[in-house]
Amino acid sequence: MIRVILPAHLRMLARVEGEVHVTVDGPVTRGAVLDSLESTFPVLRGTIRDHVTQRRRPMVRFFACEEDLSNEAPDAPLPESVATGAEPLLVVGAMAGG
Amino acid sequence: MTGIRVLVGTRKGAFVLTSDGARVQWEVSGPHFAGWEIYHVKGSPVDPNRLYASQSSAWFGQVMQRSNDGGKSWEPVGNAFAYDGVPGTHLWYDGTQHPWEFKRVWHLEPSLTDPDTVYAGVEDAALFRSSDGGQTWHELSGLRCHTSGPRWQPGAGGMCLHTILLDPSDPKRIFIAISAAGAFRTDDAGKTWRPVNRGLKSVGIPDPNAEVGHCVHRIAMHPARPNVLFMQKHWDVMRSDDAGDSWQEVSGNLPTDFGFPIGVHAHEPDTIYVVPITSDSQHYPLEGKLRVYRSRTGGNEWEALTKGLPQKDCYVNVLRDAMAVDTLDSCGVYFGTTGGQVYASADAGDSWAPIVRDLPAVLSVEVQTLA
Repeated sequence: MIRVILPAHLRMLARVEGEVHVTVDGPVTRGAVLDSLESTFPVLRGTIRDHVTQRRRPMVRFFACEEDLSNEAPDAPLPESVATGAEPLLVVGAMAGG
Repeated sequence: MTGIRVLVGTRKGAFVLTSDGARVQWEVSGPHFAGWEIYHVKGSPVDPNRLYASQSSAWFGQVMQRSNDGGKSWEPVGNAFAYDGVPGTHLWYDGTQHPWEFKRVWHLEPSLTDPDTVYAGVEDAALFRSSDGGQTWHELSGLRCHTSGPRWQPGAGGMCLHTILLDPSDPKRIFIAISAAGAFRTDDAGKTWRPVNRGLKSVGIPDPNAEVGHCVHRIAMHPARPNVLFMQKHWDVMRSDDAGDSWQEVSGNLPTDFGFPIGVHAHEPDTIYVVPITSDSQHYPLEGKLRVYRSRTGGNEWEALTKGLPQKDCYVNVLRDAMAVDTLDSCGVYFGTTGGQVYASADAGDSWAPIVRDLPAVLSVEVQTLA
């Protein structure tokens, strides 16, 4: 089980409270986690990564284990503690604007 | 019993304001989609319970919402807006070519005949259509692929397609407007388009006959007379009597002819409304007085409508999609401001009262007259 913490706007959109849990078959990468997340919550498609390019939206960041993983390759393995569910993957809206 | 439903899009959510035909007592529901920018909410003319809403965020992109019960509940529908083929490039602020990039939906225009068909005007400028209630969207790419496309350039607010007018007398005719490319018309249901900007004169464009490059802010039409169009341009209020083939200025005695919205009375095709704004560098009313101007002669002769509107220390703006009319016998006129007020007039503009005063900045106002 992989734990994902979504920002408030996306929790509202997905109609969830607190963290969400997803499962991944195979290597636990950011791309695989987002694939699983979007499969469970189709409304999130296009909100974290671009529909067409699948790139991270510019003002969305990924953190885990106190590390900024935003610029890691989508197919790079996530930290072991995320893969085991000990730590969550945080999807964060960049601090900007009012 | 007759009722009115006002659909308000704001910087921080959508609001639904309802009243009976007297339009005195109002109920306010919302915010719907709290915290998100709602550029536009509009209902189907053939099924008033079917609403569409454009929800967006600089962080999380575009979401489309649909309601089947007049805005009591909503469901997200499709948000994939993919340009047809290789998008190509358009003119950028610095004169270079810049790739077309989807940013958001500015305007939604439900079909006049089918509640599941709806058009979306987007930034970077393109026109999309859904025929399955918003689940999937397909670009009418004949517009963006017009030969002038590489010369289209964004205005200060982005390169947005903000106006879509469906001709009730000819299902194949659609008018659209883009800042800052200008107005376009199709006569074959969107396959091919042509600019309809002859007669527009814009400061900063050296060619007085420029085919594109005009910052059209809004176009309005009366459904009984679809060949007559009224336009609020960046500067200038314009009129066309030949479906956009030519335009004449009708700013007349307006104190300033800069502005964003323009509207037409529901029962008097020559009665039109604008909200003059000081200038392109001062986006607030002249002298701090919020005044709607009405012409009963299709332009040129204008009267200030001030009763019930603040006549001192008012420095709000009224954006291009933030004015609408109802179709009751005594035509109601509504507009929203960047200060969060939504004003209503139940007597065609003679007097005004705020429905709400403290919403987030209002981006759009639409009105439904309910049987």
